[in-house]
Amino acid sequence: MDILRFITAGSVDDGKSTLIGRLLYDSKSIMIDHLEAIERQTKNRDDGEIDLALLTDGLRAEREQGITIDVAYKYFSTPKRKFIIADAPGHIQYTRNMVTGASNSELIIILVDARHGVIEQTRRHSIIASLLNIPHVVVAVNKMDLVEYSEEVYNNILKDYDSLAGQLGLKNVTYIPISALNGDNIVDASQLLPWYKGDTLLNYLENVSLADDINLTNARFPVQYVIRPQTEQLHDYRGYAGKVISGIYKVGDAVTILPSGESSRISMIELGGKKVKEAFAPQSVVIHLRHDVDVSRGDVIVKDEDIPLIEQQIEVLLCWMDNKPLIAGNKYLLQINSSRVRCVVKTIDYKLNVNTLEKDLSPDKAGLNDIIRATIKTAQPIAYDSYQKLRVNGGAILIDETSNVTVGACMIQ
Amino acid sequence: MSDYKLDYLDQLESESIHIMREVAGQFERPALLFSGGKDSIVLVHLALKAFRPGKFPFPLVHIDTGHNFKEALEYRDNLAEEIGERLIVRNVEDTIKLKHLAEPKGKFASRNALQTYTLLDTIEEFKFDACIGGARRDEEKARAKERIFSVRDEFGQWNPKLQRPELWSIYNGKIDKGENVRVFPISNWTELDIWNYIKRENIKLPSIYFAHKREVIEHEGQFVAMSKFVLIEPTDKISVRKVRYRTVGDMTCTAAVESNATKIDDIINEIIATKTSERGETRIDDQVSEAAMEDRKKNGYF
Repeated sequence: MDILRFITAGSVDDGKSTLIGRLLYDSKSIMIDHLEAIERQTKNRDDGEIDLALLTDGLRAEREQGITIDVAYKYFSTPKRKFIIADAPGHIQYTRNMVTGASNSELIIILVDARHGVIEQTRRHSIIASLLNIPHVVVAVNKMDLVEYSEEVYNNILKDYDSLAGQLGLKNVTYIPISALNGDNIVDASQLLPWYKGDTLLNYLENVSLADDINLTNARFPVQYVIRPQTEQLHDYRGYAGKVISGIYKVGDAVTILPSGESSRISMIELGGKKVKEAFAPQSVVIHLRHDVDVSRGDVIVKDEDIPLIEQQIEVLLCWMDNKPLIAGNKYLLQINSSRVRCVVKTIDYKLNVNTLEKDLSPDKAGLNDIIRATIKTAQPIAYDSYQKLRVNGGAILIDETSNVTVGACMIQ
Repeated sequence: MSDYKLDYLDQLESESIHIMREVAGQFERPALLFSGGKDSIVLVHLALKAFRPGKFPFPLVHIDTGHNFKEALEYRDNLAEEIGERLIVRNVEDTIKLKHLAEPKGKFASRNALQTYTLLDTIEEFKFDACIGGARRDEEKARAKERIFSVRDEFGQWNPKLQRPELWSIYNGKIDKGENVRVFPISNWTELDIWNYIKRENIKLPSIYFAHKREVIEHEGQFVAMSKFVLIEPTDKISVRKVRYRTVGDMTCTAAVESNATKIDDIINEIIATKTSERGETRIDDQVSEAAMEDRKKNGYF
């Protein structure tokens, strides 16, 4: 059994909440007390059907305003897999939430209303999926019941989306015709869609191969914490605690510590207190080095044969997440994994229209939910990979030092 | 390459250890809030994996309502001694006396809300800047929306509208003096994950998690342990039943479930078969209103 983290993109109007409700309900992940609470709320409805959308209903603060504030996480599992759903609101003003939810997702379900086909919102969600480099895309063509389960309608949407996917360079796109409301092709194959021979949605989610989503080639180990018991018996114990974010490390490997560039060899690896010969992503371990070199939190231990980029000036695609605008020249903290350095956003090169992919080449500033390309200079060199090559070592956040708030998400180019 | 695949429990474990080490790396004075319940017991187990052979970079802190099960308190003291880590206990009883707080009234009067006062005082007393807790997102809808690093203001309050975006596995624990961060390393675990992990790791639990005979009061279909903290009325239906606890909170607001499960496998089977959520079945304090947890969190609760 493994874990699949996915995000659903779409608005309430596309049936997103109904879809999530349906997945939870049909996979029997809804508990009776939660269901009863919903039944109480739906008593007033004419058809007496349970409103599955209410299963994803959130906080009172949201109900009062009729909005979704934030990403909510939902959990369900089948004998094959544990699923973590990041449920992010899909409206234009919530690009920030979608980027947040997408950053940890291996798969995105993009909901398309069969009556409307590929619209501006579909394009926006797909652009974000491509920027965040989500490995798997499912286009769920919903509300097939409202287009009489027409194969032609479905095929036309497929053709339209195919060209969008090509334009954005999206890989691994899968199409599934569904009706979330009626449960067609969610868990069970629909009798009403005999022309569709593919997987049901749950079937696909259970079986999509995740093996390639973890990079086992480019070994990266950001040090989080140094374990030094300094007791009599463990006088010389000095272990570097962290998570192997990618690649494989073996005892005896020749390694370089970045950004200092010092070299050593791995003398011991511990996993949960036990010695092991090797460690691989995404294990949390303790690494020991043969030499007494200077290593502290924020350093990255890499293997000699595969060194990441080490620069003080980086190009990023940046999603701005703060109400205060970003103006070129502003200073922030940049955090990539456990490393935090001061930085300045030197220039804003262009602003990306997330609906059309057009570039505004002379923006004076970036506002909340804008996606821009910028050049950032850091006070110290950082060790990174391009986000497209290695997601886990190419994403960084910007922190406003005066408010402490996370104000930007950077995908390093 | 199939040798390099992690089971889902290993993935969850690694994520949680990573989060705990971020706390150790980012904060000056963290604490681990320990209740004696299974989730905080799993936290301690994860901390052992994260920091041994070193000492924990934080003490265990228990906010004792005075309404705890004695089995949970015994377990707490034994565990702290066994692992040789510092345990700080602060009592809600003392806060009530010192600050002349009104004791909650009613049949199952819960000190749950008062716990927040003692917690905030303890945070102030020790100047804790981060408090690790065992809350999970599958428990409750307010928790489903809370960050793993959840920044609280100096009154401990959670503001759902002003949460920091949390991207990738990058945690921003930067705060001003006086503020603190609540950290939830097992956010992504479900109740069943916890039990499967307890089984796999062979983690000892307080005995009340397993079926035992107990004198209980039947109240609206739930069974609450007889204790001096509950107001007993002549009309109460009292009986001895075989029960176990699914969650361990205060004796006044935690209900037991009828069960014959004396082994962990039996418990796991019962949880797979159950149709009621953990908090729904056992927490009387959540059933006060639709937004009970949301309100408590906004006031500084976990």
